[in-house]
Amino acid sequence: MKPVLHVSNLFVSYHGNDAIRDVNFSVKPGKLVGIIGPNGAGKSTLLKALLNLIPRDKGEVLFHGKSFADIRKSVAYLPQRSQIDWDFPINVLDTVIIGTYPGLGFFKKPRKKEKEWALQCLKEVGMDGFSKRQIGELSGGQQQRVFLARALAQKADIFFLDEPFVGVDVLSEETIIRILKKLTSMGKTIFVVHHDLSKANEYFDQLLLLNKELIQFGDANIVFQKDILARAYSGQFSFLEEMGVNA
Amino acid sequence: MSFIDAVIQYEFLQKALLTSTMVGIICGVIGCFIILRGMALMGDAISHAVLPGVAIAYMLGVNFFIGAVISGVVTAMGIGFVSQNSRIKNDISIGIMFTAAFALGIILITFMKSSTDLYHILFGNVLAVRPSDMWITLGIGIFVLLSVYLFYKELLVSSFDSTMAQAYGLPTKWIHYFLMTLLTMVTVASLQTVGIILVVAMLITPAATAYLLTDRLWIMIYLSAVFGVIASIVGLYFSFTYNLASGATIVLVSTVLFLLAFFFSPKQGILWRAIKSRNKKMSLS
Ligand SMILES: Nc1ncnc2c1ncn2[C@@H]1O[C@H](COP(=O)(O)OP(=O)(O)OP(=O)(O)O)[C@@H](O)[C@H]1O
Ligand SMILES: [Mg+2]
Repeated sequence: MKPVLHVSNLFVSYHGNDAIRDVNFSVKPGKLVGIIGPNGAGKSTLLKALLNLIPRDKGEVLFHGKSFADIRKSVAYLPQRSQIDWDFPINVLDTVIIGTYPGLGFFKKPRKKEKEWALQCLKEVGMDGFSKRQIGELSGGQQQRVFLARALAQKADIFFLDEPFVGVDVLSEETIIRILKKLTSMGKTIFVVHHDLSKANEYFDQLLLLNKELIQFGDANIVFQKDILARAYSGQFSFLEEMGVNA
Repeated sequence: MSFIDAVIQYEFLQKALLTSTMVGIICGVIGCFIILRGMALMGDAISHAVLPGVAIAYMLGVNFFIGAVISGVVTAMGIGFVSQNSRIKNDISIGIMFTAAFALGIILITFMKSSTDLYHILFGNVLAVRPSDMWITLGIGIFVLLSVYLFYKELLVSSFDSTMAQAYGLPTKWIHYFLMTLLTMVTVASLQTVGIILVVAMLITPAATAYLLTDRLWIMIYLSAVFGVIASIVGLYFSFTYNLASGATIVLVSTVLFLLAFFFSPKQGILWRAIKSRNKKMSLS
């Protein structure tokens, strides 16, 4: 099978300081890929560089053999911290309807079909009871779920979710993972930046372990080894043991 | 003679009424995007920055509209250039550039040797609207409203979540400059009605009033336009009846509307908020 995403020799820096160095990997369709690594490892930077949101110093990024610009409408992105104004006059449903905008193109307005689809996406994340609320009047975890619904509404092929579970309770987290697994079984490819190592090997098909350089990329149970993880988390063995990683 | 009789009788008053109604609508509409994008200061800046353009246009004998749009857009680009290429923050950059443009404008105006012109540009003189100005205002109005209607989606996403807009390929920078151009056009159209100094009030006050009353952007836009129109008409009435500067009366009427919303808005008004939290406390004790 041809890879959905092929990355070679990727380098990114901020004002001359390396954020990620020489990253190479290639992902086949239908995978749920976890991106893990310590704070400042360059996980968010990697996503932004793949999505052309920040400039790359060097390297090639191909989606289905094409550049990002050619396929950008089939990509959904959930940033780590949405820099949005929570007092904006918009309710939950309208926020999710925005997810249908890329597919509509210029001049077309969302209609009943888009509205119903957005409601369905809200239902998936268990937020359909809040559709008329102004988005600032939700809890942090509820806001996160609404933005996930918006990503779903985009009907994307490839998803990039930067720490979607921050502030989300265990129950919703598992619901969301179930939704993501369903999507991958339909052939979608999903990248999730994730902090909680304890469940990383249960949740993901593949893991990408990053600490400026790509430490290891491969099937979850192969990457999820103490000695491999230790190379990224610079020898925090006791911490890893607490997280339930066995040797 | 009552205001209504006067409107029926005098053509100049009809023109004034039509022009200021249009100005009320477009200021209200564009103002919503200005306040939601946190660009209130930018509105003030652009309105001042059109002055040198207006002065040069008068000197060259071309329509002041052209000069105003050019100097407004150039200043907007200068502001963006300085803040993007240095550690100078946007608000500082705005402060530097618009005062510079305004100062230049004042010097240029003095060469025109007519202080009444300056007075009218600064404070507006809606009762002296010429037919050509009225048509320009109408043209600008249609262009602005059509743009907002056609690009509503794009304006909404880029104002609400510019990261998403950028990720799916919207040219957010160009949208910004497009909005700056619309803002400049609206400002120019408002010069005659409220004048440079007070344009910012027409842009911000009706939009802020609407913002207190609704949680949906399209409703906010309609409300804001309605408030803009009410302010314009009622303001014009006071201006005509008591022979006051039209800009000042229009702005004060919109301020009164704002204060009403500020105190009595069902959701955001401080009165209801106080009553609701008092009732809650009472029910618990
Ligand atoms: N806008 C920026 N300007 C300068 N340096 C930055 C910027 N954003 C990130 N960095 C630096 O780049 C490195 C990688 O940051 P990045 O945000 O990608 O880390 P991360 O792996 O996502 O961390 P976290 O787990 O905390 O989200 C960090 O050392 C950070 O200090
Ligand atoms: Mg991050």
